Amino acid sequence: MTSEPSVVEVTLESDLKNVEVAEEIVRRVAARAGFGEKTQHQIEMAVHESMINAIWHGNKNDASKSVWLRFEISKDRLEIRIRDQGNGFNIDEVPDPRSSENLLKVSGRGIFLIRTFMDEFHVEHLAGSGTEVTLIKRIDPAHQPKQGGTDREHEGHNSTS
Amino acid sequence: MSMKATIRQVDSVMVVDVSGRITLGEGCTQLRELIRDQLAKGNKRVLINLGDVTYIDSSGIGELVSAYTAVSNQGGQLKLLNLTKKVHDLLQITKLYTVFDIHDDEAKGISSFDKP
Repeated sequence: MTSEPSVVEVTLESDLKNVEVAEEIVRRVAARAGFGEKTQHQIEMAVHESMINAIWHGNKNDASKSVWLRFEISKDRLEIRIRDQGNGFNIDEVPDPRSSENLLKVSGRGIFLIRTFMDEFHVEHLAGSGTEVTLIKRIDPAHQPKQGGTDREHEGHNSTS
Repeated sequence: MSMKATIRQVDSVMVVDVSGRITLGEGCTQLRELIRDQLAKGNKRVLINLGDVTYIDSSGIGELVSAYTAVSNQGGQLKLLNLTKKVHDLLQITKLYTVFDIHDDEAKGISSFDKP
């Protein structure tokens, strides 16, 4: 097995229909990384919520904007980066949806689910160019990823409507 | 697969059979309008059957909370039926499992509602 990382990059139009496109990609990537079915679903949900944040909150559902995703499988982790063209958010101001005063609120659970399902979650504001979140899931050494080697795939998606 | 919802009446309870994805956008909107319509018709006993739901996201969970609050505020009851493992886990993680009255047997769920 080679130790070279396997990378997938994709740029999607900022359209809610593309949330399912991202889910499809991350399903394949997570399976390739060797995660079990339950963890695959958790990673898929984390990407789903991140895509909703990027398209709905970041890009304000503006189809002229785009969302960039990068998936990298390395020896010990799957790292997912998702970048939008919005103004970002302050992660310290995201309230705990499980507290009694928030329990019956309609929104505010997306970031919590991402943090619950992933091992690491980082938010970076890119000067003048948007917000990038990084999601990391560590790979159990007992379940080594089925890496494809040094291939680097670039997929471009335009309109899916 | 988008969301589908059909309604049937069992005794005084409106059973809403939901299938597919309850996610931001069409799925959530459809569920919201359906609950609003039932409340407008005076149907305040609602049992949502989630047995065929393939996917629910944070917005879908929020929509269930919204439906629960809307029905409760009108003096009604909204309960959940047949949670899949994924939905069950999500409600536990978000601590909503204790908020909803959840059943896995439809007949028992129906009989648990207050009588009109």
